[in-house]
Parts: sequence; structure tokens; C-alpha cells
Amino acid sequence: MPTALEELFVKTKSQNRAVLIGYIPAGFPNQKSSKKILKAMIDGGIDAVEIGYPYSDPVMDGPVIQAASEEAIKNGAGVNAVFDLLQEGVKQGIPSMVMSYWSPIEKYGVENFSKKVSELGGSGVITPDLTVEESNEWLSYSRTFDLNRIYVVAPSSSSERLSKVTEQCSGFIYAASLMGVTGTRDSVSGNAKSLVERIRKVSKTPVAVGLGVSTKEQASEVAKYADGVIVGSAFIKIIQEFGAGRTGLKKVKQLAKSLSEGVRNVK
Amino acid sequence: MSTGSYREVLNESAVGHFGPYGGRFVPEALISALDELAAAHTAAQSDPIFQSELAELHKSYTGRPSILTDAKRFSEHAGGARILLKREDLNHTGSHKINNVLGQALLTKKMGKKRIIAETGAGQHGVASATAAALFGLECVVYMGEADTQRQALNVARMKLLGATVVPVTQGSKTLKDAINEAMRDWVTNVETTHYLLGTVAGPHPFPTMVRDFQRIIGVEAREQVLSLTGKLPDAVLACVGGGSNAIGIFHPFIDDKTVRLIGLEAGGKGIETGLHASTISGGNPGVLHGTRSYVLQDQDGQTVESHSISAGLDYPGVGPEHAYLNDIGRAEYRSITDDQAMYAFSLMCKSEGIIPAIETAHALAGALELGHELGKDATILINLSGRGDKDVQTAADYFGLPL
Repeated sequence: MPTALEELFVKTKSQNRAVLIGYIPAGFPNQKSSKKILKAMIDGGIDAVEIGYPYSDPVMDGPVIQAASEEAIKNGAGVNAVFDLLQEGVKQGIPSMVMSYWSPIEKYGVENFSKKVSELGGSGVITPDLTVEESNEWLSYSRTFDLNRIYVVAPSSSSERLSKVTEQCSGFIYAASLMGVTGTRDSVSGNAKSLVERIRKVSKTPVAVGLGVSTKEQASEVAKYADGVIVGSAFIKIIQEFGAGRTGLKKVKQLAKSLSEGVRNVK
Repeated sequence: MSTGSYREVLNESAVGHFGPYGGRFVPEALISALDELAAAHTAAQSDPIFQSELAELHKSYTGRPSILTDAKRFSEHAGGARILLKREDLNHTGSHKINNVLGQALLTKKMGKKRIIAETGAGQHGVASATAAALFGLECVVYMGEADTQRQALNVARMKLLGATVVPVTQGSKTLKDAINEAMRDWVTNVETTHYLLGTVAGPHPFPTMVRDFQRIIGVEAREQVLSLTGKLPDAVLACVGGGSNAIGIFHPFIDDKTVRLIGLEAGGKGIETGLHASTISGGNPGVLHGTRSYVLQDQDGQTVESHSISAGLDYPGVGPEHAYLNDIGRAEYRSITDDQAMYAFSLMCKSEGIIPAIETAHALAGALELGHELGKDATILINLSGRGDKDVQTAADYFGLPL
């Protein structure tokens, strides 16, 4: 059976547009507010959400998400906050995934984690620091529980490596637009387009581009060649600057709305 | 343990596993650089030119072979057991760290990279890296937890004098683990031009294997020196364990000598029972940290727990995956030494032998005091005296209440 995420990519393809995927760490800045932020993102028009598992040693993340994760952990976010927000995303009617470094998943137990995500209606898990060589358990339980496996590939990945990794991907392939950590950038790296082209040669799975996308113009540019656009730090920065009160939520919704316009009518 | 040699039992795979430990848990962006490094290391192992260049550096720059000292007066406090010290403190830059750094700096040159980055806790690896960078004409950036820059101010000054840039890391616990995170972020961003000169036997493959191979020289020399001095193998080999590079360096050539006990001494801080310690094997559980699977200190959510030790160099919540494996197969034992035990042994070494050891090393010395009483006066104990204690004078003076 296709996951909600897979159905979404089929639908948007027929609409000639890209999927807008938002990211938010669970329990940021606290559990109650993170639900409101998610709702504002959905009201603004994101199509799918990645629920980040806040982790103590986030080596793929820049200062914005590091600070957000630290704050969430300080306010008690753990595995329950992750499952809670995942369930909220599903309840609000959009395909929802978990994005987590491998340590917390391994600690929880790969089988139990997969089972729980599936029971809550989650579509899959994004694993930014899990290599395919270390994936035996995950490959097996993601199949058992019908979850999408989303790996992250980078501009430095060789063609051989791209084949090997994308072969195991389902739902979509997460293409890191540049060599570096998460965060907003003034422009989307030119590497993104050539990486997507290289992925197309080895895989038919949809490709979404993340890292450094924060404006409507950037989303629009990426949507011309990719099937999905991922935005995280830009939402978090708003909350860090304006708080999770009325002003912050309004600005989050506005950003989601403008990004969602960006991914439409470009093909 | 089965009857085959260790290498046969281990059957190291291409992605660097030690039983269930090791491997690679890193962003895909780093895979090509790790593959390139693994290939360069494998080629260098059988390249006579590389090996002779490294041997020449060991001899004419580091001052190898390091000597063996018979610590007769210290032995009186260790139940009369014969105590032999492998003097890595006499190496250029003052610790065993230079062995690995020179090897990796040579590899950096072979790979055509012009910039190195390094993490450091006590500052010993940072100083060694800055030294090699100066020698080879490489740009060098050292990441160091802000808390460590304060307790190891002397080493910060040394790195700057050698021309390196020292970046204080203010995230998280502001210690070694956060310095590693920041170095990894730099590497993900600059991997094309930069080599990450990791200082210990942890991290993703090939680091645990490669760093071990560069540190094995300690055990290779010591084994010969003990044999020629005493006519037999030692009863036990002791070393302190943080990430575990000096320990694996002296243990490894003895692994197939099954009569020789291998004992690693971890930092017990205020005592494992208080939760304020850095005894990863004695007081932790298997998990994933910094690109490898090994024993780690973490909570029920897989979040890293902060470690505690009087010694900045042992203050790390992870340990090399090969140590995890040696522990599980019963080939090596790991014990925990508290701050107080270590400082007692530190003082004893100063006053009985005229050697000021690093506080890291003092953990191994404390282990010898305990083991000497267990084994008695006929035993021979080889200890890796991994570093000198000049950098720790302030910490020791504070601990003993000496006015400076």
C-alpha cells in the first residue's frame, strides 16, 4: 500500500508543481507551542512535515537548528514529544515523517520505533547520518511496517554511491543542495540542480531539495527541477526572533503561504 | 577467546567493524572523503617510501624510540611489583599524540590537501597538530571546548605560537565532544580542501583503524624493550583510556600474547555511582556517537550525557570501538579510577621518580598501584606513560591547595 507521502508526490506531479515540506523540531520551543507552529505551517500551505528529533550532538545542523534543539531538550523534549507531534501532523491531515539522527532510534530499538511511527500514521523516517552499510535492521523493519526510507545524498556523492543509496530510498530522495550544514543562505547553490540531474539518471524516486532554501524565489527556482522543496531553519528563525505568540505564528503562516505559492505554477 | 590470532578472529571488514562496533554513522557528504582517506591509509601501509619518511620523522623529529624507565621507588608503593614506564612523555610536544599526527599529516600531503582541522580536549592533540602543520606548511584550525581553553590555557598559547587558529566552542557542554561536533561541521563544509586530523581511535572508519596503526609503534617498541630488559613478556600492560589512542597503541602488539593482561583505566571522576564520571565502558552502554558504534554515556532517549573528570583529556562520553570489542570478548579489562586516586598516584610519581606525569596518565599509574598489590612482587607491569604534566600544573596546584 502506498504511504500518504507517496500519494502526495503522485498528486502534485499531476498538478505540475512541487511538494512543500516543512521541518520543525519536536517540542520547540516547548511541546504546546510546537503544535501551534505546526498548525500555522499547515494553515499557510505546507504539504508535508518532517518532525525533527532534537538530539544532543547534531553534526549536520547549523546554529539555528542547534539552538532550537537545545531549547527543546531543555524543555523536556524526548521521544514522546516526537511521537506526539507526529500524531498531530497526521491528525491535521498531512503526510508526516520523523527526521532523526541514528542514536535515539537505535537506543529506542529499531523495531519498536518503526512500529510506533507506523501505528501513529507516520509515512517514514529521514535518517541523515545512517549509511546504507549500517542499515540492515532499518531496511528490514521499514518493510515490515510499510515506512518510507529517506536517505540524504550530497553533491560530493559519486555516481556509484548515488545508485547504491537511492536504490534503498522510498517516498523521496533528500538532496542536500550544498556541502555544509542546515541554515538559511542568500542563494541556493548551483550544485543542487546538477545533483538532481545526476540522481534522475539512476533513480525514478521523487527528489526533494533541502539546505539553504528560505524564500519564495528560492523555492520557485528549486521547484523548476525538483519534485519537492524542504524548508526548516527559516521557520525556526522566525520563532527565535518573534516568539511563538501571535506575531510569530502569523509570520510562520505568511512564510508558508508565500513558499507554497513559490512551488506552484513554475513547470 | 577462540584459538586463532586476533586478526583472524576480528576479520575486519571494509567498513571497519570490530564485532558489532565501529562502522560509519555520518552524513553522506563525508563518504567520499572517508573512502579517499581509507584508500590512502591502505596504500601507505605497504608503501616503502611513506614508511621510510615516517620512520625518519619518528627518529629525527619526535626522538623515537622512546625509552623504558624502571620505576624502582614507585614500585615500593605498588606491592613491590616491577614497574616499567614507556616514556611517551619524552616525545617532541610531550605526549604520544605526535605519533598519529605525523602519520596523518604525511597522508594529508599525499592527498594534496592544504588545510587540517583538529579537535582537542587537554590540548595535547591540538598542540601536536599545530606542530605538524607548521612542519608541513599546512593551514591549521583547532576546535576546543571553551571550558577546556580555560583549564588548559598553556596549551592554547602553545598552539597560537605555532601559528594555528584556536576556535573556542561555546555550544553544549563546551568540552571535547562539542569540539568534535564543530570540527565535523567544518569538515562537511570544507571537505574538498580539508583533512580532519582526528586525534583518537574513535569516529567513523577508517579513523579507529588508521589511528591505531599510527600508535602501534608504542607497543612494538615496548614489547622488544621489555623482552630485552627482563627476558620475558610483562604480566600486564596498563594505559589510561579516554578515546583510547595511547591504550590501543601499547595494547595492540600484545593482543596475541595471551598471557599478558591488558588493562585500560578509565576516568572515574567523583565515582561511577555519583554519575559524575567518564568511565564509558565500566559505566556506559552500547550506542552511537560521533560516527561510530561503541560504548557511550547516554540517557534513555539516546542523548549524550556529559562526562566528568579532573583530566580534560579523558573527559569524553565515548570510547574507541576496538576497546568496546576487546572488552566484550574478554581480551582487555577496563577499570575505573577516581579523581582522588589519580591525583594520589600523580603526586607519588612526582616525588618518588622525579617525573611529573599528565593527569590522564596518572589514572594508569593509580591502576598500577592497585594491580601491583594484587599480583605481588614477582610481577612485571608495563605502563604507557603517555604524556608529561606541565600543562596540568595549575590544575594540580589547585587540587593540592598550593599557592602559585
